[in-house]
Amino acid sequence: MSQAAVSIKNLAFKHQAQENYCLHNLHLEIKLGDRFGLFGPNGAGKTTLINCMTGLLKYQQGSIQLCGVDVKNKPKEINKIFGFVPQDFSFYQELTPIENLAFFGAWSGMKKSDIKNKTTQLLEILGLTDVANKQVQKFSGGMKRRVNLAIGVIHTPKILFLDEPTVGVDIHSRQAIISYLKTLNESGTTLVYTSHQLNEAEELCNNIALIDNGQILANDTIKNLLAKHNQQGLEELFITLTGKSYRD
Amino acid sequence: MYKLKATILKDIQILTRDKVGLIIMFAMPIILAIVITATQNSTFDLVNKNKVPLLLCNKDTGTASKQLIIAIEKIGMFEIKNVVPNHSEKQIANRMHEKDALIAIIIPQNFSTKINAKANATAAKALNNFGLDSEPTKILVDSSLQPISLLYHPVLQLSFRQSINGALQSALQMVQSKQVLKSLYFSLNEKELPDTLEKEIINNQVAINEIPISRDGSKTIPNATQHNIPAWTIFAMFFVVISLGSSVVREKLNGSFIRLKTLPTNYLVALLSKQLTYLIVTLLQAVVIFAIGMYLFPYLGLPKLNLPSDILGLFIVSFICGWCAVSFAICIGVFAQTQEQANGVGAVSIVLMAAIGGLLVPSFAMPASFQSIIKLSPLHWCLEAYYGLFLEAGKLKDIVLNILPLIGITIFIQLITLYGLKKKNLI
Repeated sequence: MSQAAVSIKNLAFKHQAQENYCLHNLHLEIKLGDRFGLFGPNGAGKTTLINCMTGLLKYQQGSIQLCGVDVKNKPKEINKIFGFVPQDFSFYQELTPIENLAFFGAWSGMKKSDIKNKTTQLLEILGLTDVANKQVQKFSGGMKRRVNLAIGVIHTPKILFLDEPTVGVDIHSRQAIISYLKTLNESGTTLVYTSHQLNEAEELCNNIALIDNGQILANDTIKNLLAKHNQQGLEELFITLTGKSYRD
Repeated sequence: MYKLKATILKDIQILTRDKVGLIIMFAMPIILAIVITATQNSTFDLVNKNKVPLLLCNKDTGTASKQLIIAIEKIGMFEIKNVVPNHSEKQIANRMHEKDALIAIIIPQNFSTKINAKANATAAKALNNFGLDSEPTKILVDSSLQPISLLYHPVLQLSFRQSINGALQSALQMVQSKQVLKSLYFSLNEKELPDTLEKEIINNQVAINEIPISRDGSKTIPNATQHNIPAWTIFAMFFVVISLGSSVVREKLNGSFIRLKTLPTNYLVALLSKQLTYLIVTLLQAVVIFAIGMYLFPYLGLPKLNLPSDILGLFIVSFICGWCAVSFAICIGVFAQTQEQANGVGAVSIVLMAAIGGLLVPSFAMPASFQSIIKLSPLHWCLEAYYGLFLEAGKLKDIVLNILPLIGITIFIQLITLYGLKKKNLI
């Protein structure tokens, strides 16, 4: 049996000030090499689950393992395994893309020469070479998203967590990001991805999970899920499983 | 080590692009040092070199009032403008409101007569005590003295007023003494006191020699620059709280901190980098402000800053002051929830610590109840250490007792910061 990239068993999490659990009795397994999509309405628990997987939130029950390493017990080890592209812009706006990559590369444990090579490569792929020496604060939203992605992958992680990486970007930036993520996956990086863009799921993911009220409602390939629930598209499936009421 | 180097480089890049932060850290204390030194220096000059305009209304026609005016002139503090004797107090006050002068003296009518009468009474009393013949009862009837009026503008500060009052009392005392002496001489010899003897007795006053006590035996009198430059250098160092405190809060609040927490490097590296980077900044501040005191001040007509002979001691004191200032700024940044909080709490606490630390008002002038609180301010120990070098011409060994509490306070601040980092799950 091949090793799982992410293995979650009986997970329960609640914030300190809250009485109810945001995530409860949650089981999930993501295979190595997967392009895994995590979908759900606002407040369903997508970002909370990603933050638990990355060790940013300390869960109360259950276990999470990344490539067989326990998240809670070995935080420094798991930090070497994955890369993270948060929903918010997670870099220094006063710095240029090159300076940001140099700093975050060093903090990822990379050597100076490797950072330099990988920076050149990433800036080229993500179309940032021309603005490599300009401060990021002057960039458009799409360019900032690409910088955000470049920083998350500079150390070539085994698993890449992406929390809505294409939110608020134009079609060109979105295509560039999706295209690069596919290339990255082909080279062996497992993708764990959240989004509201269901069309992106069809374009990018081979496996998806629908999450609502802190529980996984469905988890399979898109084809199997549509067949099982007798639906034509992901949007219909989404509404069928999560209902029509507003969540925010 | 490479991680630390990369982090320091990042911090320097961010710092050098923060123009407002740089202005607050460098330009503001320089302006403060120049303005405060110039102000204090001009107050010194006002008393010692420049003359205070004084309106003098002499309603008396005798010799004692003339002698008093000569004595006032001799004080050297005043530029005397005579007012015609029939001017009323109200008219003189109106002239003062027009800023013609800040003070005025009105010598009353019959001042000389009454001074003479009082002098004669005093002399007679003295002679009676010696068992010599005199007419005390007759003289004592005329000895009531109408006071000299000293009018002052309300803008004149109490200390300055007291200084003027003291000088006038001294002049008045001299006139009265002279009259008593004359009266005594006349009673004993039945002739006038000779001018030569009068001058010899009156002018033969004991001089007061002001000698600053320095540790190296030098007798250079400290000036406003020697007092102000160390004080405002400390103030500048601690004002890095605005830039550094905000930087820590900004890093906590924006997404970069989330990513840092997911990377295999401890956040303490980031804090160590900030400490080193800003420690260099504080040392640069000291170098810049000292250089301005040494090279720019003389061009502005201000006294030149003389560096202490113990340069190593100066470096060590500056280093520890800087370290304390940076530790305090990081502590504020760790506990503050927003940049506004960090800026507000940081700035107010620095001004408070400067006030109780003796930077704004000398600590010896504070009430007794404050004397123990003073010791809690790190700025107090910084200032004491600097004064030990700049004003007392001491060496490092002479200020160890000022440096040790400063190191203790710095370590205490660092421990509080570590507690805050743990409590907020930042490390």
